[in-house]
Order: sequence, then C-alpha cells, then structure tokens
Amino acid sequence: MTNPTPGAPEATPSPTSDEAVLDAGTFDELLESRREGLFVRDGSWHQLARAYRTVQLISLTAALVLVAVAAPIIAAVTGTGWVWIPAGVLAVVLAVTLILTPRQIRSFGYRLRENDLVLRRGILFQRVVAVPYGRMQLVDITHGPLDRAFGIAQLKLVTAAAASAVVIPGLTQDAAEKLRDVLIAVAESRRTGL
Amino acid sequence: MTEPDAGRSALSDGEWHRLHPLTPLLRGGLFLVVVLGFVVANLRDRLIEIFAPWLAPGFSGPVPGDPVDYVLGHDLVLLALGVVLLVVVALILIFWMSWRFHTFRITGDDVEVRSGVVFRTNRRAPLDRVQGVNLTRPLVARLLGLAKLEVVGAGLDANVRLEYLSTANAEQVRADILRLASGRTLGESRAGGAGPATSWRSAAVQTASQAMDSLVAGTDEPEVEPASVVRIPPGRVIGSMLLRDSTVVVLAIMIALVVWAVTGPGWLVFAILPTMIGFATYVGRGTVRALRYAIAPTDHGVRIVFGILTTVTEILPPGRVHAVRVHQPILWRPAGWWTITVNRLSGSRAGQEAAEAFTRVLPVGTREDAERVVALLLPWLDDAERALLFDRGLLGADDDPAFTTTPRRARILRPVSWRRDGFAVTDAALFLRRGRFWRSLVVVPLARLQSIALQQGPIDRALRVASARAHTVAGAVDTSLGAIDLEAARGMFEDVARRAVTAARSDRSHRWFVEDAATVRPSDRRDEEENG
Repeated sequence: MTNPTPGAPEATPSPTSDEAVLDAGTFDELLESRREGLFVRDGSWHQLARAYRTVQLISLTAALVLVAVAAPIIAAVTGTGWVWIPAGVLAVVLAVTLILTPRQIRSFGYRLRENDLVLRRGILFQRVVAVPYGRMQLVDITHGPLDRAFGIAQLKLVTAAAASAVVIPGLTQDAAEKLRDVLIAVAESRRTGL
Repeated sequence: MTEPDAGRSALSDGEWHRLHPLTPLLRGGLFLVVVLGFVVANLRDRLIEIFAPWLAPGFSGPVPGDPVDYVLGHDLVLLALGVVLLVVVALILIFWMSWRFHTFRITGDDVEVRSGVVFRTNRRAPLDRVQGVNLTRPLVARLLGLAKLEVVGAGLDANVRLEYLSTANAEQVRADILRLASGRTLGESRAGGAGPATSWRSAAVQTASQAMDSLVAGTDEPEVEPASVVRIPPGRVIGSMLLRDSTVVVLAIMIALVVWAVTGPGWLVFAILPTMIGFATYVGRGTVRALRYAIAPTDHGVRIVFGILTTVTEILPPGRVHAVRVHQPILWRPAGWWTITVNRLSGSRAGQEAAEAFTRVLPVGTREDAERVVALLLPWLDDAERALLFDRGLLGADDDPAFTTTPRRARILRPVSWRRDGFAVTDAALFLRRGRFWRSLVVVPLARLQSIALQQGPIDRALRVASARAHTVAGAVDTSLGAIDLEAARGMFEDVARRAVTAARSDRSHRWFVEDAATVRPSDRRDEEENG
C-alpha cells in the first residue's frame, strides 16, 4: 500500500472548482440569530435546496393529520379518554417543529475549504463542525420516495469518530452526487491513517 | 532464542500454519469438564458402591429405572462401552478436524485466519491498520505453556485471534507482526534493529534502553521483560482503590444499609449481600490487575503488562493513542496520585470486560509516573508541551496565560472551576484542562483528530461564550470543554482545523518505520516538505 507523496499541490484536486451545481435551486441567504452567534457573517456558504423545505413541510403535515385522525378513532374504539394525552403532546411537538423547521433549514450551510468541509446549523442552538477531507471513511447518499419526487437527497459523511455526525439533509440530487464525487476525489488525494 | 533466518520465524513466512495441538483441549476443555462433572454427579452413589461399599451401607439393590442397572441386567455392558467409545472417538475427531482446519498465515500485508469445517470463515486484517497486539495467558493455558494472541484491528469486532500458540511462538509471531506492520521487511529487521530503534524514542524512554536493547536482540524470549518505568507499591494500589469516589460512595451506602438492616428488618441483609459481593469483586479485580502492572517502551510501541492469574501483555504501537486523560479524584490529592486513561481503537465489541482494562494505562501513580507514561504514549511532545501537562497545566497558576480560561463574565456557568477550565493549542496537540477539585487534563494529538465542533446555546450566546468538542474515536475520555470566550473559541476552531490537517498529512505512524518520522514534529516536517 503506497501513499501519495504529501505536499504535492499540483496533484491534489481542488474542492472548490465547480460550484454552480451546488448552488442551483438553493436558498441564497442564511438565517442568523439576532445576536451575533458562532458564525462571522461573511456569506459564501452553500445552502440547502428550496424543495427540501417543501418535503419537510409535507411530511410533518402528514404526520400531524395522521395524529389528528388516529386519536379520535382510537378514543372511539377503546372508549377511553387517556389517548388524548399522548396525542395532544405529539400534536404540539409536531406543530412547533412545523413552525421552526423552515427557519432551521434556512440556517443550514456548508462550505468546501481547501482542506476541510465546514458545516453550520441552527439559530437558537448553533453548531459548527470542521471535518478534514482525509478523515472521511465513506460518503452515503440516501433518498426516500418523497425525496425522489422532489429531487432531494441526503448526504452523510462517516469518520472514525461517531460524534462527528456530519449530515447534509436536503441537497438537490445533482448537488449530492456532485458533492460526493468531489469529496471522494479530494479525500483520496488527502488520505491519512486513522 | 536462536534466530535461524534474520528474525523471521517459521510461523510468519507467508504460508499457512496450524495452531498449537492442545488448542481444542483448552477451547473445548470447559465443555468436557462439565460433561464429566455431570456424569460423576449422577453416578455418585453407584461409584461409591462399587469402589467403597463400606461408605454406603444403606444403599442396596437395584433402583427401578436406573440405566446402569438396565445395562448390567441385560448384558449390554459391551454395547454401552462401545457407544461411549464411539462418542469419545467422534469428539476427538471433531476436535482434530477443527484444529486441522483452523489455520493462519502472516504475509507482508496482512494477518489471515481461516477456520471451520462445514461453515468456513476467513478473516484478514491489514497490517498497517493494526492498533495493537495483545498476548493473553489464562491460568490453565499458562500451566501448559500456551498463550493466545489477539491482533487488534480498527473497527467493531475487528480483532483477529490466534488461540492458542506456545508462548515462545506467540511472542515470535507478535514480534513478526509488529515488525511487518512497522513497514520494515523481516529480512532487514536484524540489520536495522540497532539504528532506528533509538531515534524515535524520546529522552524519557531511554531510561530503559538497556532492557530494550536486550529485547531487540531477542524479543521472543518470554522471560526477558523490559524494565517497567513505573512501579506501583501494593499499598498504593489498595489505597487508591479505597479512595476512589465510587468506593467511598458505595461504602457509605453500605454502612447505612447495614445499620438499617441491623436495626430494622433482617431480610435486608439478603438484599445487600449480592451488591456487596459484586462490589468486592470489582474492587478485587482492579486491585489484582494493578498489582502486577508494568509499562515499558519497546521497539514497536508501549508494552503494558497486567494481571496475576490471567496475564495480559499488550503492545500499543506508536500513533495509536487518540486521546490521553490525566485525572485525579479529590481524595487522591493529599497523596498526589494520578491516573491515566486513553481513547484508542480496541477492536472488540462494546461492553466487553477487557475493554475497560485496555483504556486505563496507568491505574495509579505519582506525578513522575504519570509524566513518564505520557512521555511513552506521546513521545513527540516537546519540552514546552510537557510543561503544559503539569507545571503550567494541572498544577499551574490560575493566571498562567498558557491556558485560555473561561472569561469572568461567564463564571456563573462554571462557578467553581472557571479559572481552571481552559484550553491550549500547539502544533501537535490540543490540551483541555478541567476541574478545580477533580482535576483532569486531556491531550488530543492533532494527527489523530477526526473533526472539531463548536456549539452554542442561547445562554452561551448571551454570555458570548461557546463550547468546543474535539471528535476522536469513541472511548472513556471526554474531549469537550464548555464556556470558552467566543473569540477565543473561533480562533481555536480555525487553528485546530488547520493544524490537524497539517499534522495528519505529515503523520507516518501507520507504518512507523518506513519513514523514521514518528517523533518528528508536524512543524518540522512541514519545513522538510517545503524544502524538498
């Protein structure tokens, strides 16, 4: 097993070569917290696809409708009133999520730097993580039926640390595939041990 | 041990080899003992009657339904003996077959084991991902001169086990695996033994170089052990076990319960007893482990020995430590004791008993002991970084600028430890200091860092602070730090992200002898690269 010679920039593909496909159909302004948070406001973040908001809203509304329909039926069939308690809690949680989700989606951003991938998310609870390309063990793309209908995919990076938890939830499929290819090419040229 | 051919033993020549012939006896031994015990227990009266009739006066005449009587009464003795013989032969055949089919080979790139007669399994582990090699000698195996070898891989349940080999063979195979993994071919290992052996070791390591040199000459000699750099007197082991936080709490609860049991209902004793036994076992195991503890440098990494009845010798190659924590429970403070835990890939399933054992590399030791162990684990630390450990770190003054601590405005988040909680970043490592009374300091080698994250909630934001977390492989060491000044946290994030890439790029420890660079610091190597 041979390793590529380190420090040979002409051989390493740049992660920031072609970005047009990553920005097609995405939000174009990051939502920030009112008070200055973790992030310095400097723009230049890639964002999630607009269609992802639609997908999330549809699935959350569907869940809410399901709860609203199922609760009276269960209550009628069993003839007990207790079912309204979990149903109510669930409905409130779903409703709050429904309100917050669009904002959360618009706060999500990622950036391909020369040697690492940086992700940010959150408004109230903010998190930013930097993953060196060489640390990526594998790249996963998943999409469910609803995602496919809207051309959305989720991209997941796995490192040797479970805590890294690097997931980009709502990319356009083109962007996801592009990103995967770029990440794998770049990771290969910067491969390191564990 | 005489070495026939340049340090390469017959067992690691790339051909398939079998394990020790006594292996099935040890692996199936428990089963046989159980069967034998079952038979003896059931025939106890019969045996007494046959061999010692005077001891069983009340026993006379056949018991209806007893198979032995049935056999004796129907002239089936020969048949019965035949069946028993057949079973024994079949068992031996099965054991023999499984032994025949259980083979291993060691090539230049990996260790491979295949086993199974009907359902065959084949497991191959690449040598450049070896995280350590453990040699375990359980009591029974030790009496027979056998040992089992475990090659620790990177992953869940990724270990390759060779059980059992004769002790001499196991030592030889281990030395070969480590030599191959280091990137040197076996042929050149003899010639190169003296030269590179000294260069990657740090000054602290050289204290034991005499013992080392004898090891280089004959690593396979089980009797030759490198001198441990740490000695733990038995009194300290027992004292440290008793003064652990958990011990004190459990003892207090138990005393309360005993008092309650004596004055109150008597049945409570039965409720307490299992807990007491369990706890005593836990303390006893820890004590026994620490009683025969040794840690020493070898040519291929740090060698840690522990255990009295079951001896475990493990070798941790360079660059396999992902985080180190030096910790002091509050009750150890008067005695000045410290304990060291590491994060590493143990390759075993989670929750395995041995897992905890492999993470605690120093059960208890003085400050000097702790410094020596850290020097073994992270030999590339320079003097300034070593000073960050104790002089300016754990024992440093509150206002020492080496560590960026929690800002005064956020002291409500860390009312006691806000002057102590802090971080320091160097080219090679991230230092996290936590706690005023339960003092601990975590060192994360940047060459092993997987990723770095900052987090901030609404309270943090109001106070303009953030918390940071360095992501390493899973383990007992917590590599996070809260309530850092926002600007400092941002600076640290960028700093660590940049230096981690540099450090990882110049890290060669997965083949630690190829480029003899395990101790060259990332900054030096960067210069070399730019020049060359």
